[in-house]
Amino acid sequence: MKGYLGIDVGSVSTNLVFLDEEGRVREAIYLRTRGQPINALQEGLRQLAGRLPENTGILGVGATGSGRFLAGIIAGADVVKNEITSHAVAASTLVPGVQTILEIGGQDSKIIILRNGVVTDFAMNTVCAAGTGSFLDQQAARLNIPIEEFGQLALQSTAPVRIAGRCAVFAESDMIHKQQMGYSLPDILAGLCEALVRNYLNNVGKGKEILPPVVFQGGVAANAGMRRAFEQALGWKVYVPPHYDVMGAVGAALLAREKMAGGGSTRFRGFGVADTNFKAGGFTCENCPNLCEVVEITCEGEAVARWGDRCGRWSGSLGYQDEEIRNAV
Amino acid sequence: MKVTFPHMGHMWICLSAMLEYLGVNVVVPPPTSKRTLTLGARHAPEFACLPLKLNLGNFMEAAEQGADTILMAGGCGPCRFGYYAQVEHAILEDLGYNYRLVVLEPPRKHIGELLSKIKYITGHNSWREVIKGIYFGYQKARMVDDLEKQAHFLRPREVQRGSTDRAFKRALQEVIAARDPQDLPKVREKVRRIMGAVAVKPRPVLRVGIVGEIFTLLEPFVNYDLERKLGYLGVETDRSIYLSEWINDHLFLGLVRGQRSRKEACRAAAPYLNHFVGGHGQETVGSAVIYARQGYDGVIQLLPFTCMPEIVAHSVLPGISNELGIPVLSITVDEQSGEAGLVTRLEAFVDLLARRKGVVVQ
Repeated sequence: MKGYLGIDVGSVSTNLVFLDEEGRVREAIYLRTRGQPINALQEGLRQLAGRLPENTGILGVGATGSGRFLAGIIAGADVVKNEITSHAVAASTLVPGVQTILEIGGQDSKIIILRNGVVTDFAMNTVCAAGTGSFLDQQAARLNIPIEEFGQLALQSTAPVRIAGRCAVFAESDMIHKQQMGYSLPDILAGLCEALVRNYLNNVGKGKEILPPVVFQGGVAANAGMRRAFEQALGWKVYVPPHYDVMGAVGAALLAREKMAGGGSTRFRGFGVADTNFKAGGFTCENCPNLCEVVEITCEGEAVARWGDRCGRWSGSLGYQDEEIRNAV
Repeated sequence: MKVTFPHMGHMWICLSAMLEYLGVNVVVPPPTSKRTLTLGARHAPEFACLPLKLNLGNFMEAAEQGADTILMAGGCGPCRFGYYAQVEHAILEDLGYNYRLVVLEPPRKHIGELLSKIKYITGHNSWREVIKGIYFGYQKARMVDDLEKQAHFLRPREVQRGSTDRAFKRALQEVIAARDPQDLPKVREKVRRIMGAVAVKPRPVLRVGIVGEIFTLLEPFVNYDLERKLGYLGVETDRSIYLSEWINDHLFLGLVRGQRSRKEACRAAAPYLNHFVGGHGQETVGSAVIYARQGYDGVIQLLPFTCMPEIVAHSVLPGISNELGIPVLSITVDEQSGEAGLVTRLEAFVDLLARRKGVVVQ
C-alpha cells in the first residue's frame, strides 16, 4: 500500500493520519501533546508504523498546527501549512460544497468562510480562549464528569440555564452560582454550551455570513451538546464529519498529495525517526537588547533547525534550513 | 543640551540629520527592543496604546546615555497621542528623571509656538540655516522611503533569500553616513547601485496594501517585521504612509509636488467615512479604497490595541471589503501579542489571496 502522511501538532493534541492514494483516511491517530510535541510526534509515528502493513510506502508528508515547523523538521515534511488552510482543504474535500467551517480546538477557535470551494474569509479568536476545548476540559474536571460524557449529559437538559459566557473566568463563577442555586447538572451543561456558542458567534463569527452547509470540526465537535447549541443558534443542520478530530492532519495529507502530484520524491525521514534522538533546546541570544529566545532542534546532537531570532543570525547560520523551509511552506 | 526623541522606524535618520546639521547635540535612543518595551510597559498605564509605552522606554534608555531634552510631536486630538508628550514627561518626572520637554505642535494650529520651539532647540542658527537643515532631513527621509519601496518590490522576487535585506542594510548605512546636503547626489547613485545588485527572477507575486496607524506601520519592532514576513511569503507590499509623505503633508503643508497626499485618501474615504476621526482613521479607510481600485489583491490593517481612530476604521472596512471585493485582514498589536498567531494568520491570508487569484506564489 502507498499513501500520504498528514501530521497536525497542536497545543492539546497531536494527530496523524494516513491517506491512501485515493485520499481515503486509512488510519487516524489522536494523541495528547502534553506539552511535549517531539515525544508525541514520535509516539504517533511509532503507533502508525505498527498499524500499517510493513511494505507501506509514504509518497508525501504534510505538517500543520502550531508545531508545524517542528514536525516538518523532524518527520521531513514536503508541505508545511498553517492550520486554517489545512482545515479548509480537508472540509471541502470531505464535504463538497461546504460554505462555513466552525472549528474549535484545544486553545483556538476559528471560522472559515468558503464560496465555490475557495476560502474567502476567516477569523481566529484573538484575545480570548473562552469556549475552546481547554475550558470545557477544565469545567468537566471541576464537575467530576469525564469529558466524553459532557455532551450526552447536556443533551438530557430540558430547560438550559443561562450562563454568562463572555469570559471563561466569569462563566465559571456563574456556573458555581447556578449549582449553588440548585439547578440540575444537565441544565447547567446545556446552558454552558449555549453560552459558549453565543460567545463564539459574537467574537469569532462576528460580521461573517454563515451559510449552509455548515461543518463543525475540531476536538470540541465530539461534544453533542455544543453541536445542538450551534444548530439551535444558527437554525441549520450542523454536519460533523467522521474524522472531525483529525481534520487538520487530513488537510495536511491532502496538501502533500497535491504537492507531490507535481512530481519529485518525498523528504520523509522514515518511521525510524521515532527512535532517533531529537532534542529541542533553547537559549537567549544576548547579542542585542531584543534578547530573542532562540529554539534549537538537534538530531543526535547535531543542530538541524533553529528559529525564534528576529535578525536571522541563528536561523540563517544553518545554510540549508532557509531553503528547506522555503520549499516546504 | 542633549536632545533625544522617540523611535518610529527609520525616523531617527531624518531627525538626527536635521539636528546634527544645525549643530545640535543628539542622543539617538538604542533601537527599540524587548528591553525598551519592558521598561515602558512597566511604568505606563495599561490601557494606553503601544506608542506611549515604547516612547517611554526610549526616553528611559536615552537617559542612560545622557539625554536631557525630549523633542516630541504634539497633536490636537481626538487621538490620544496629542497629550502623550505631557503624560510621558509626567511619568518620567515621577520616576525621578530630569528631562526638559519640547513639544512641537502642528503648524496649522500653533505656528507661532512651533517656531519659537524650533528656535529654542536650534539656538544661534539663522532661519535660512534651519530651513536648510529641515530640508536635508526631509531629503534623507525620502531616500530611506525610496529604499524601503525598492525592498518591498525586490523581496518577493529575490533569487537568494535575504539578499534584499542585506543590500537594504548596506544602503541605509550610506544614507546615514551622509553629513552634508551636497553629498546626497553621490549617495543616491551609490545606493542605486547597491539595490540594483540584488538578483531577482520573474515569478508570480501577490500585491497587498498595508494601512493603519502610522507608528505601527513604520516601526518594524511593533509590527513583527510584517513587510519582511510578507515579502518572504511572496507578497509585494505597499504602505499607506511613508515618513516623507507625512512630513510633506503636515510640516510643509503639501508644498512638495509629486508626493502622495492624505487629501486623495480622504477623498476616496468620503462615501464610507466623511469625517476626521483622529489619527489616521480616515486615511486608513481611504487608502483601502484606493488599493482596491488599483487592483491590489488584499489589504492589511495594522493598529495598536485600544487605538480609537483605527477602531472606527476597523468597523468601516468590512463594508469596503464587500462592496469592492477585496479581502481585508486586521491585525491588532500590543505588548501581549504573540508572533506565532500572527504568522498563522498571515500565511492563511496569503493562501486565501493566492487561491482566489489562482496563482501559486513561492
